[in-house]
Amino acid sequence: MGMNRREFLKRTATIAGTAVLGSSANTSAEQNSVQKADRHAVLVDTTVCIGCRRCEWACNEWNKNPNQPIKAFEDKSVFKASRRTHAQTFTVVNRFINPKDSTPIYVKKQCMHCEEPGCKAACFVDAFKKTEKGAVIYNADVCVGCRYCMVACPFDIPAYEYCEPLIPRITKCTFCFDRISKEGGVPACVKICPTETLRFGKREELIHLAHERITNNPGKYIDHIYGEHEAGGTSWLYLSSLPFDQIGLRTDIIKTPVPNLSKGFLFMTKVFEIVAAWPLVFAAFHAIKKIKIKQNSQDTHITKEGNHEQKT
Amino acid sequence: MNRKPDSTSWIREKIFLGMTFPEYIKSNFTLPNAIAAVILIVAVPVMIYRFLYGLGSSTNLSDTNPWGIWIGIDVLCGIALAAGGLVIGTAYHLFGMKQYHHFLKPAILTSLLGYLFSVFGLLFDLGRYYRLPYPMVVSFGFSSIMFLIAWHFALYIMILLTEWSPSLFEWLNLNKLRDFFHKLAIWATVFGVVIAGGHQSALGALFLVAPGKLHPLWYSELLPLYFLLSAIIAGLTMVIFESTLTHKAFKRQLEHFNSSEFDRLTFGLAKAASAALFTYFFLKLFGLAHANNWTYLVTPYGYWFLFEMLVFVLCPAFVLAYGVRYKNITIARWSAFIAVIGVVLNRINTSVIAFNWNAAERYSPHWMEVTITVGIITMEVLAFRWIVNRMAILYDHPDYESLH
Repeated sequence: MGMNRREFLKRTATIAGTAVLGSSANTSAEQNSVQKADRHAVLVDTTVCIGCRRCEWACNEWNKNPNQPIKAFEDKSVFKASRRTHAQTFTVVNRFINPKDSTPIYVKKQCMHCEEPGCKAACFVDAFKKTEKGAVIYNADVCVGCRYCMVACPFDIPAYEYCEPLIPRITKCTFCFDRISKEGGVPACVKICPTETLRFGKREELIHLAHERITNNPGKYIDHIYGEHEAGGTSWLYLSSLPFDQIGLRTDIIKTPVPNLSKGFLFMTKVFEIVAAWPLVFAAFHAIKKIKIKQNSQDTHITKEGNHEQKT
Repeated sequence: MNRKPDSTSWIREKIFLGMTFPEYIKSNFTLPNAIAAVILIVAVPVMIYRFLYGLGSSTNLSDTNPWGIWIGIDVLCGIALAAGGLVIGTAYHLFGMKQYHHFLKPAILTSLLGYLFSVFGLLFDLGRYYRLPYPMVVSFGFSSIMFLIAWHFALYIMILLTEWSPSLFEWLNLNKLRDFFHKLAIWATVFGVVIAGGHQSALGALFLVAPGKLHPLWYSELLPLYFLLSAIIAGLTMVIFESTLTHKAFKRQLEHFNSSEFDRLTFGLAKAASAALFTYFFLKLFGLAHANNWTYLVTPYGYWFLFEMLVFVLCPAFVLAYGVRYKNITIARWSAFIAVIGVVLNRINTSVIAFNWNAAERYSPHWMEVTITVGIITMEVLAFRWIVNRMAILYDHPDYESLH
């Protein structure tokens, strides 16, 4: 019997193991596409950007981040180092040099507002939300500060207020959801852009437009819209004349949306826990029965002695 | 016996180990205590500093490297090394290996303290540590692996408390409570198997979302299974390692200690550990082949990976098997220790060294991070010793001996 039970448990464990392995579900992408009709996006044409960094100024202004006079943003020396988003900097423009003709290429960086955000799936208090318009927004009221969203973000965007000792928050671009949710509202950076590098509109229409630009200008663009499929698609889309890894955008990002990387595991673990509970309960009953049989034989021994004592 | 002892003598018996207060204080002037005191005199103020002044001034964490050794060592290693309670509990209660009776209580205590101090360590890492219960009561992130881990940690700590509490109640002479929780132990173990299996693998699954950040030699769809299996290895080898230490350190308590029986049972654990290590090694090899990552082996990260796999997995697997076959207990114990180090190395590799391997900005811990981690481990050892010196952990309580 003991041998059987061991065998049984072993087998359950094997099934569970296999279950844990088959963890890539690819269904959600198709399911959600219907609801995405109202999703908005920004198309970034990096071939047009002049690196004026007014978007950075406007972003700081609207989000009440520490700011400098707009004149100070004309300083080109910041381009010497590649920058990333930080606690009080929701967007940065980086400069890259085109190896073909040594011209500068400027690339704005901010939250990509994934269609299926990894930060949202990673958050254990559900602090992130993907709005109907497309913005991924964060709720500091429930945030515990585990920073798993920062680990999960394939674009390395969420930043943390490390210098805030007691009430630190995650910070990132909000897509100016408080502007775009109003009729005719566009994000602050789009509004100020003097060169139409940034274009705000419905995501599907912008993808269509981007493809048109690629076909109408042969040789000008790489035939790829960055963000159309990266991490399952994002609300910020990029056009470039250079391969994207040469303008600071990660090209090792797979098409699978980040939530799908953990979904399968969560599902199988729960199934396993429910299924495995029963053989374990039976095993426990069996073990208890064994103990009881042993105790009963001891008990009868004791009561006999007890009776004996009473009689005497 | 029935007379209630007055409070001074109760404190004297239970807290001061039967000594008067001055005697007790005097008995604590030992070298290990002096070392512990020095560590804590530094670590406790640093801990307070972290809670008051935040992560920015006490860590080297950054926007690119949000996790450091507090996750890598305090949580990931702490939990893996606390799998002993799961392993021995399952063997004892479910597989009916009653001969492991004497390993059970120390293993459960180690696990309980391991989990409690992991959560304590986690507090330092959480930006808003005072919101620790939020995923339980305020807001639920059902799609998060971290959410599963949070709940499983909470449940498993309760399970371990249930399993450990008979020792506590024996110490407090609360017989009815002791018997009640003693009967619950088997049920706690049953649910412990499910809960512990779930979160040990979930700790590996945490990194599933970061395929671009974790080095391909460590990233795998099999990460949950790797973590589960290596936690079982850690559980088995930690019990060998820890029982070796406690049997040396607390020799006075072990009157009826049977050395050859102890060695025989240690060989049993070593045998299981060797089998688990071999399985783990071949599974890792399979994962490597499946993802076709062979080319990475001839890079610096590849050498580091091979170092982990050959020195800390394959080598102890063979040496443990050798120790069992030729009944060489010293070799078995040392190789168990190597395997423990191997699991620690794996957790540090996964969370720190091979994480963000291609990022320009790399992380190395701040001295305060190291100090707090060392402080937590010291506290854990002291807590273990405090309890073992007072409760019937390494031996059966004389009043309950006959029941086993």
